[in-house]
Amino acid sequence: MITIIDYGMGNTGSIVNMLKKIGVKSLITSNPEEIAKARKIILPGVGHFDRAMEKINQNSLREILDQKALQEKVPFLGICLGMQLLTKSSEEGKCPGLGWIPAKTVRFHFPQESTLKIPHMGWNLVQRSTPSPLTENFETEHRFYFVHSYHAQVEDEKYSILKTEYGYFFDSAIQKDNIFGVQFHPEKSHRFGMRLLENFARL
Amino acid sequence: MLKTRVIPCLLLRDESLVKTVQFRKFGYIGDPANTCRIFNELEVDELAFLDITASKENREPNYKILREIANECFMPLSYGGGIRSIQMAEIIFNIGFEKIILNSYPFEKPNIISELAQAFGSQSIIIAIDVKKNFFGKYETFGLSGTVNKKKKPAAWAREVQDLGAGEILLTSIDHEGTWKGFDLDLIKQVADSVSIPVIAHGGAGNIEDIGKACSKGHASAVAVGSMVVYQKQGMGVLVNFPDKNNLSKVIG
Repeated sequence: MITIIDYGMGNTGSIVNMLKKIGVKSLITSNPEEIAKARKIILPGVGHFDRAMEKINQNSLREILDQKALQEKVPFLGICLGMQLLTKSSEEGKCPGLGWIPAKTVRFHFPQESTLKIPHMGWNLVQRSTPSPLTENFETEHRFYFVHSYHAQVEDEKYSILKTEYGYFFDSAIQKDNIFGVQFHPEKSHRFGMRLLENFARL
Repeated sequence: MLKTRVIPCLLLRDESLVKTVQFRKFGYIGDPANTCRIFNELEVDELAFLDITASKENREPNYKILREIANECFMPLSYGGGIRSIQMAEIIFNIGFEKIILNSYPFEKPNIISELAQAFGSQSIIIAIDVKKNFFGKYETFGLSGTVNKKKKPAAWAREVQDLGAGEILLTSIDHEGTWKGFDLDLIKQVADSVSIPVIAHGGAGNIEDIGKACSKGHASAVAVGSMVVYQKQGMGVLVNFPDKNNLSKVIG
């Protein structure tokens, strides 16, 4: 059973659909008492960094999430904005992030003459940077669907588990101990995403 | 390397999928959920759905069909047709679609684009611009499935919706749609060069070379295809298919 945090930021529906497809039960909730019982947690998210942090703080989710991720050390996966929230800060806003992974979130920065569009939108390849159970059994051309204007930048390479090239190589998946974050959308990435979510479900 | 998206664009009419020619002549393609299941197995990059009668009939989206589709499809999904409020958009996002497409309503209320972009982010808002050439060979923008001339130049309208917060433009040439004769490259270039947001070229794709040209000559960021992925060949029977990845990668980056 995977608990998906519903804090009003993003489509939980497609994550549930893919988990169902790979035979994993899930529960969508914003109730701290239910979250307290979670064995594994997914934090989704689409939208603005500060708005998401405000919602987490408003709904008094901060304390229980800290407890689960840092004390109980349950496997925790942040997706897209949910990953960015795991870092210390974001150039998108002023609110501090959860700060569980030594990294910050920065905007794509390209030279003036670059024709690359922001957001980075579409399918792109990933490369393993540090081995992780989350990225086991990937295919040679393992690809994911991305849509984002900001990305994580780890303080130490050991926290980067996948890299992707868009103008330059950025950290497309990060990890510290039991806490994982992916910038792309596994729930929208066919069998490539199923593999990743299966890996997470097996932890 | 970012892969250029090739997006099957499917048309919904009275709970069936249809394919049109120049927005007319409705050919029956099949059941929406079944067709999507096949596209899912073909691992297409993304799927777009347009309910071509919702706005004309002034009704809400058919959420039941959208739910059936989202249960079976594990790729990005977009939906257009009849969306007129934040509430409707929210239902569609919760079902598991991540983008919504608007065509007609923004002519009436341009600010709906800003409201939606503020609530859900620009990346989830696509504006569909349907274009026909008039008698004098000038491009004009149409609403309500190509039936109402909105008297706007496509490039100007594209810039306007970009400034209001649209994240992408789905640009359709009504004259080329369903004809297999290739994209209207002038139109695509004109619009793509006027905005900084991605333009999805739509209307006229007959083979993969057309797809390549829409990107290289038209400067499109992505391509939407209809006839060539639902028919065996021009004038032949229904066959849901998708071009081979290796062949596609020869024409697009």
